[in-house]
Amino acid sequence: MNHALILPILLPLITGASLLLLYRLPFGVQRLAGLASTLGLALLGAWALVTAGSGEYQLYHAGDWPAPYGIVLILDRLSALMLALTAILGLGCLLYANRGIDRRGAHFHALFQFQLAGLNGAFLTGDLFNLFVFFEILLIASYALLLHGGGRARSRAGLHYVIINLVGSALFLIALGTLYGLTGTLNMADLALEVAAAPPGDAPLLAAASMVLLVVFGIKAAILPLLFWLPRAYSAASAPVAALFAIMTKVGIYAILRVFLLVFGLGEAPVNAAAWQWLWPLALLTLALGGVGVLGSDSLRTLTAYLVIISVGTLLATISLVTPATLGAALFYLIHSTGMAAAFFLLADLLGQQREEGYDRFSVVAPMGHRGALGSLFFLAAIAVVGLPPFGGFVSKAWILQASADEPRGLWLWGVLLTAALLTLIAVSRTGSSWFWRPGSAGEAEARPLDRGCLAIVCAMVALNGVLAALGEPVMAYLALTAEQLMTPEAYIAAMLPETLASALEVPP
Amino acid sequence: MTLALIILFPLLGALLPALCRRAACRRLACLAALPAVSSLLLLLSFLPRVSSGETIITELDWLPSLGLNLALRLDALGLLFALLITGIGALILLFARYYFEGSASAARFFTLVLLFMAVMLGIVLAENLLFMLVFWELTSLVSFLLIGFHSDRQAARLGARMSLVITGGGGLALLGGIVLLGQAAGSYELSVVLEAGERIRAHEHYGLMLNLILLGAFTKSAQFPFHLWLPHAMTAPTPVSAYLHSATMVKAGIFLLARLHPALADTELWFHLVTLTGMLTLMVGAFVAMFMHDMKGLLAYSTVSHLGLIMLLLGLGTPMALAAALFHLVCHALFKAPLFMMAGYVDRATGTRDMRHINGMWRFMPTLMALSAIPAAAMAGLPLMSGYLSKKMLFGESLRVVTPDWATVVIPVWVTLAGLFSVAYSIRIFHNVYFNGRPIDLPIWPPREPRKAALTPIALLALATLVVGIAPQGLYATLVHPAFEAARQASLPAYDFATLGGTRSGLMSLVALAGGALFYAIRGPLFRLHARLPEVDAKEIFDWAMRRAIALSQRRVFQLENGSLQRYLTFIMVTVVVLVGVQLLAVARWNGGVPLAALDPLTVLAAVLLCLAAVGVVVFHHHRLPALLLLGVTGLFVTVAFARFSAPDLALTQLMVEVMAVVIMMLALSFLPQQSPRESTRPRMARDLAIAGLVGGGVAAFSFAILTRPQHTISDFFLANSLPGGGGTNVVNVILVDFRGFDTLGEITVLGIAAVAVFAFTRDLHLKERVVDTNPGHWVAEPHPIMLSTVARLVLPIALLVSAYIFLRGHNLPGGGFIAGLITAVAFTLQYMAGGLVWAQSRMLTAFRPLIGAGLLIAVATGLGSWLFGYPFLTSAHGHFHLPLVGEFELATAMLFDLGVYATVVGATLLVLANLGKLMTVAGPGKEIG
Amino acid sequence: MELLYAMTLGVLTTCGVYLLLRARTFTVILGLTLLSHAVNLYLFASGRLVAGAPAIVGLAERSADPLPQALVLTAIVIGFAMTAFVVVLALKAAVELRNDHVDGENPDEDRL
Repeated sequence: MNHALILPILLPLITGASLLLLYRLPFGVQRLAGLASTLGLALLGAWALVTAGSGEYQLYHAGDWPAPYGIVLILDRLSALMLALTAILGLGCLLYANRGIDRRGAHFHALFQFQLAGLNGAFLTGDLFNLFVFFEILLIASYALLLHGGGRARSRAGLHYVIINLVGSALFLIALGTLYGLTGTLNMADLALEVAAAPPGDAPLLAAASMVLLVVFGIKAAILPLLFWLPRAYSAASAPVAALFAIMTKVGIYAILRVFLLVFGLGEAPVNAAAWQWLWPLALLTLALGGVGVLGSDSLRTLTAYLVIISVGTLLATISLVTPATLGAALFYLIHSTGMAAAFFLLADLLGQQREEGYDRFSVVAPMGHRGALGSLFFLAAIAVVGLPPFGGFVSKAWILQASADEPRGLWLWGVLLTAALLTLIAVSRTGSSWFWRPGSAGEAEARPLDRGCLAIVCAMVALNGVLAALGEPVMAYLALTAEQLMTPEAYIAAMLPETLASALEVPP
Repeated sequence: MTLALIILFPLLGALLPALCRRAACRRLACLAALPAVSSLLLLLSFLPRVSSGETIITELDWLPSLGLNLALRLDALGLLFALLITGIGALILLFARYYFEGSASAARFFTLVLLFMAVMLGIVLAENLLFMLVFWELTSLVSFLLIGFHSDRQAARLGARMSLVITGGGGLALLGGIVLLGQAAGSYELSVVLEAGERIRAHEHYGLMLNLILLGAFTKSAQFPFHLWLPHAMTAPTPVSAYLHSATMVKAGIFLLARLHPALADTELWFHLVTLTGMLTLMVGAFVAMFMHDMKGLLAYSTVSHLGLIMLLLGLGTPMALAAALFHLVCHALFKAPLFMMAGYVDRATGTRDMRHINGMWRFMPTLMALSAIPAAAMAGLPLMSGYLSKKMLFGESLRVVTPDWATVVIPVWVTLAGLFSVAYSIRIFHNVYFNGRPIDLPIWPPREPRKAALTPIALLALATLVVGIAPQGLYATLVHPAFEAARQASLPAYDFATLGGTRSGLMSLVALAGGALFYAIRGPLFRLHARLPEVDAKEIFDWAMRRAIALSQRRVFQLENGSLQRYLTFIMVTVVVLVGVQLLAVARWNGGVPLAALDPLTVLAAVLLCLAAVGVVVFHHHRLPALLLLGVTGLFVTVAFARFSAPDLALTQLMVEVMAVVIMMLALSFLPQQSPRESTRPRMARDLAIAGLVGGGVAAFSFAILTRPQHTISDFFLANSLPGGGGTNVVNVILVDFRGFDTLGEITVLGIAAVAVFAFTRDLHLKERVVDTNPGHWVAEPHPIMLSTVARLVLPIALLVSAYIFLRGHNLPGGGFIAGLITAVAFTLQYMAGGLVWAQSRMLTAFRPLIGAGLLIAVATGLGSWLFGYPFLTSAHGHFHLPLVGEFELATAMLFDLGVYATVVGATLLVLANLGKLMTVAGPGKEIG
Repeated sequence: MELLYAMTLGVLTTCGVYLLLRARTFTVILGLTLLSHAVNLYLFASGRLVAGAPAIVGLAERSADPLPQALVLTAIVIGFAMTAFVVVLALKAAVELRNDHVDGENPDEDRL
């Protein structure tokens, strides 16, 4: 019983609660508290990576009740990966927010911590209803953060975002009710066994329930035709919040991986087959739409929002080929795309502040200060985001192409993926040349002071992407193992329900 | 490892100029030349070993699992290109030393050029194809920066973007091709790939693979129709044009095809694709060049046509064609670079590049004329010149083509014609610039010839051209032939320059010469003719196409993403219906077989009323208050349903929640319009009703199917362990605070966050912006009938007592933290209602946020307490206690947890209420409540 | 009984979804509330319908399935939190955007 396993949830929860209790604390102290806890999460993330790296599943029985009766937290490679990613991303966003944006509304730091708690809980829990609860936590926190800073655009986008996600939650409950009604359990491992052993008469109902879940996670992950809330919501949010939201769509993808590879993944005719069939074309369309959207965006934040959509499409298309190779490639891309999307949201803010007028809108021609530094940064970031060498995007793209080359369907993905990359290249090269090369944008003299801190943070995030490529080998090895682990749900079940180990093995994969 | 140095020298050397950007151009040039020359010398030191056929490979792991390793390879082919890159590069640096004299941006130029040299060397020295691709893309990027060097000119920006989009796009295609190639060959290491020719050509994806790779090569080497970016790259400073866009980068495509020749070449497909593309490019380039008035434009298009020529030779597949290609490649580099330099000098001296103005320069710059005569002659292919030999080789090879039949005739004629054009434009650029009458109003007058020293690079290159022309054997034997063998991966007979003078090929070159001369002689009418042809500016077309694409995608996207929530929700609902419906088609029996329970009239009545209330909400939704009240009714009947089916806890909770919810909505409604406009069209309503009906039907069918199916569940465990394990008889409550206490913790967190969020975003809400501006005060703000308020004040202590009782018994009988908390909240709400907000707030504690925080912390702390006893989070302990009034009861640590729940619920509910109330009071924004 | 229950759910859901698709925030919230009622009842039903047997140890020999009740309780409270939040948000939006259309603007006719 290793208590560190529950800390990723408790630490931010306690921090957030304390910040509410002691809301009179000077703002600097609140900042420090938030920062300290996020740093702690980063350390915990590192710990989780190492621990899960052994391939052993780590379990934590909340309330000391055995599975499937109590709620059990379970840490495997995927969870560890997501925890670490979230922590690092959160750290970047928080540091950026601490440069002043956090003052623009009440309780930013408490809400930020709650957000992290919700995310980590979703990544750790092994219980489907508990997953719902943590979804709600991270959603309500994200609503609040989205509104942080106020303004009409945020109210409007926030209203849409909230209502759509409330509908999503309702659907989630319907799926839960169906699953419990038919299987009588909530623990994901136990569910997997029950689903696989369900009487043939129930199979269609279970499949239907899985479809409802697919829609729920599809809304979170933003796949066509459920994604239209995303562009406005993300481009309305304040920079660090939008950057943090880069992980939100990935939560949906995590849930899809978890649920459809585990809960519906057993049996000789697994229920998840239908899901993959639907995901493949939808993901490709999402990817295509993302490409078109990137080209058609009217501001750098909208462009980045569509980059997020591209990444979702790429991920789900790659995932729905369900081979260990494609899963590994997809996870690598997940790391890369999350980091770069976040970096771009921050970059958009950094550049927008330096423009005389129009913030980050393309239609406005405005002088840009500090062209030298910002221009070079944008150039590198653009290279990374398009997926050109020597950045992580190139490696991940190459890996995805390799992994999908053996699949007969794979070449479709190739076409769309490479075209989308070309469209992105066109879009960012236009932006760069018109923002940094247009004469008259040499506003060095009247340039506003450039916040070195923000600059450093964005630089660091882009640099990390470079490091991801440079030290790609260990990462790739880890992810390959992660994919293996995901493809063998039996091991997960055996770890979660040791006594039903025998029955677990009765069910062929 | 020394191989790496060849690349590292310029790579690191690029820092030198960047570091001392203030230094004089002369110093910068020397700094930049240092790494270039050292790489050159290093390469030369390998010459003997390599030209004897040896291949040097060094390898360093980077991403083995991706097959991407830092592997370098130096064989004769690579050496040939590397020498060109470094050698010409060094001369270019020398040239730039004069070209950039007194320019502030010299440092940037030298840095970029050295970077470019490094990555270009990377391409030709890479052993691993993916590694090569890395450098390939980098050349596109550096070239982008160099073309956009004069970023203040719109033409430069467009040209740069155009080249990036075309070559970058080609790079993406190449990535695809390389990956396929690697899959087919089983490795990305050239040494493996080059052996695997048969396997690759037999591969199912060979066609696709070849097309993708050619796409990469053609875009880079400016083959028709991708040649368009090259002429517009001429907005770059002349040293750049001379280096990247004539001598080196545009040769990368050629190099790639030569490199992969053993793996891909000698198939029908290869012949047709490569040869035809080459032929088209050759002709188009030569023809357009003929009519260019801009010196650099003419040179650019002539470069295009020469690249086409080399491509054609690569495609031919005759034994010695590749040798001819490589030989011509060297010659072209040697004579095209000086011509660009010349153009640069004339440009600097006269201030224009338009040959309609620049005439008769022999008077002003005789030395330059003398020097540039040699490369010009070479380009024309006059005897004794390097170009003469390569052209003869081309003609010779074109005659050796045997299959297919059309080629045997067409190709020779075709190349002769192209040769004719090349003669014409060579004569033109030379004669037009130095003779052809007097200069016409030049911007700079009088043009002054650059210092003799400045002409050294041209002189050296001209000399080289001359030497090669007179004694080709030396160059061929030492460099070209080994490269040729390395490219074919075989030992082959040397090219015999003696037999060059074949009668027919001689004849062809005579025709070309004479025809070209004639063509130039009668240029006047031809130009007038050409002037009538419609003007096509690729730049304009490109820009237009881009704008169109963007406008189109904007329309497409915003047709879908039009910011209408109704549409998005419709999409979601329809998706659900479709995805689920497809699955439900397979349901055989909805009725699971469990016998249905009997109906009793009361339940039926309640159900009917519930339905009626719900329908009523829909019917009256335009009148909001009635609709809201009906909504309350539905809530009450839901409560009834819970009670009816033995869920007292749920019933209580639902009741309390319903009250609170309706109160909150009531308050909100008092700010909103009381009516909803009727804006939906009838078909629209019908459609929505259909969708809603489908969803509702689905839910109904689902629940019926579940209700009629036998149940087996884990709940028996809870029933069995509730008392012994959880110390409570109310199983639901024990589940909430013990078995699944973790859920509850999460749930109160949600409640707390929601309340704090409400506080946060109502904090600076301005009341004056109210939609319906009623009188500043509000019925909630003012106190109310004395009667009500007194009652309310009496109620409060009772309510608190009740909630305490409910709380304590909760573990055993229906009740618990939630319900108690909600009761308390309702009681306080009553105070608000009765006494008026102002009154209430002045009298009760309003520190709700700390209360929420405290509640959460209590719950968490309770959970953590179990750590002290070595148990996991939230493990509960319990014992017997006796209290008067309440009587014998279990007190479990879970109760402490429930206390946290209670505090959070009270705090959160009241925080929301208080802040909603705040909006009603005149005490507007700024004043924080809670 | 089961059939009646199911049909009631169907009606509730239909009404909820229909209101959800209307153009005014307040109406949409009405719809959301109805929908959450339906969903809670649905989740509750996953433990089957048992009359007169609350899940209290020793009260009756057979008792209703307590787990769904606990889940529904959680769902109710979360739903309450969400409702409160969205109500106030709608109010804020209406105040800031000067109208209560879900898109914050009054289109002449429904889009799509």
